Amino acid sequence: MVSGAFGAVVGRDLALALRLGGGGAVGLAFFVLAVVLIPLGVGREPATLMRIAGGVVWIAGLLAALLSLDRLFQADHEDGTLEQLMLGPLALEQVVLAKALAHWLTTGLPMTLAAPLLALSLQLPVAALPALVAALLVGTPALSLVGAVGAGLTAGVRRGGLLLSVLVLPLYVPTLIFGARTVENALLNLPWLPPLALTAGLSLLALALCPFAAAAALRINAR
Amino acid sequence: MTLVVEDLVCRRGGRVVCGPLSFRVAPGETLLVTGPNGAGKSSLLRVLAGFIPAAEGQMRLEGSRPAAGAALAEQVAFAGHLDAVKPALGVAENLVLWARLGMPLRGQGDAGAAVQSALSRFGLAHMAERPAAECSAGQKRRLGLARLLLTDRPVWLLDEPTVSLDRASAALVAVLIGEHAATGGITLVTSHVDLGLASAREFSLAPTSAAAPAPGAPTATTAATGATPAPPRPADDPFLEGSW
Repeated sequence: MVSGAFGAVVGRDLALALRLGGGGAVGLAFFVLAVVLIPLGVGREPATLMRIAGGVVWIAGLLAALLSLDRLFQADHEDGTLEQLMLGPLALEQVVLAKALAHWLTTGLPMTLAAPLLALSLQLPVAALPALVAALLVGTPALSLVGAVGAGLTAGVRRGGLLLSVLVLPLYVPTLIFGARTVENALLNLPWLPPLALTAGLSLLALALCPFAAAAALRINAR
Repeated sequence: MTLVVEDLVCRRGGRVVCGPLSFRVAPGETLLVTGPNGAGKSSLLRVLAGFIPAAEGQMRLEGSRPAAGAALAEQVAFAGHLDAVKPALGVAENLVLWARLGMPLRGQGDAGAAVQSALSRFGLAHMAERPAAECSAGQKRRLGLARLLLTDRPVWLLDEPTVSLDRASAALVAVLIGEHAATGGITLVTSHVDLGLASAREFSLAPTSAAAPAPGAPTATTAATGATPAPPRPADDPFLEGSW
């Protein structure tokens, strides 16, 4: 029964994200644009681009994930949906998890799928692509989960997006370091499984802690 | 099943908003909570719904149906100032989530049937497939109230349910409250307009900021009036008490 309810919340958030004004595709579009702009600014020297490709993709990914985070709970807080969800049979922690999952499905997953093409445009060798995709796949869930904590804290704040960025971006640093390191190691023919494992470990840590933190923040906001 | 409230105090931002309050609501009873603006009517309902933790006192459900000792928040249907209606979704689509959340549904049948009957009860069946963005303010409010009819929750907390409703819809709300009471349900409703609830018991809240405490409750607002400096109790929420 609970899994049905969980699915209902995920499905509704996905439907809302894909409707007009939901902003579901905005994150992906920003991600693509940001990466495509890099060669225009940095120049098309292949060696330079190849060197920075992993970091560029990751930073663009962080910013794209942030872009849609500020509405993760704010919209539901403003129109009373959160109050009703709090009375429902799902624990608020489960609601947070469902909404973070929906956020990942509309940002992290599309970015992971689009990353190989974009990385090729940055001259990243094909041999390094598996590392990039793997790192994004296991690392982007942390972006949605950690972001959910910031989104919960700023749910009641008008124009909380900026505050959210300031709160959340420092917490993204470990994922950024190990995610980019995974790509770099693959590029330098070093073992890339250890940094990948650390990236995945950060996501698991976020999965364990963040739903509780975000739910606590939302409870404070509901008062 | 009886709703029992004992010495309930609600604080917001370190200020006593209402209480201490003690009352019982018997099964099938409707309590009309009245009082001037700022008397704490909405806060009382939000405490009962569990959104605001009670600063002091107790509230519980007594009786056999549902399981004794069940958390109050799991037995409550709340309709507040916000309708929780998503304009981007369809009218029926808005209700489907709440029917699919796995709460026991009213009546027989599946989620779709429950949604259809709730919509037709509120006169929204003809626009079930339209986007909710096309709803007027009153229709949106009706859509929010229709959620009450989806699930089988014994305690209804209605905060100004008739705002922006037309006369016929307001009368419908009164009828539904009556039907809810007939099945043994409890309703707490605040309203500034006469709902025509003949059987409702009135429960009046006095504003706590008044200099003179309400008669019969002389120590009600010591914290607010500061007449006797209360001993510094451990702040249960320093973030909201302003002492951080």
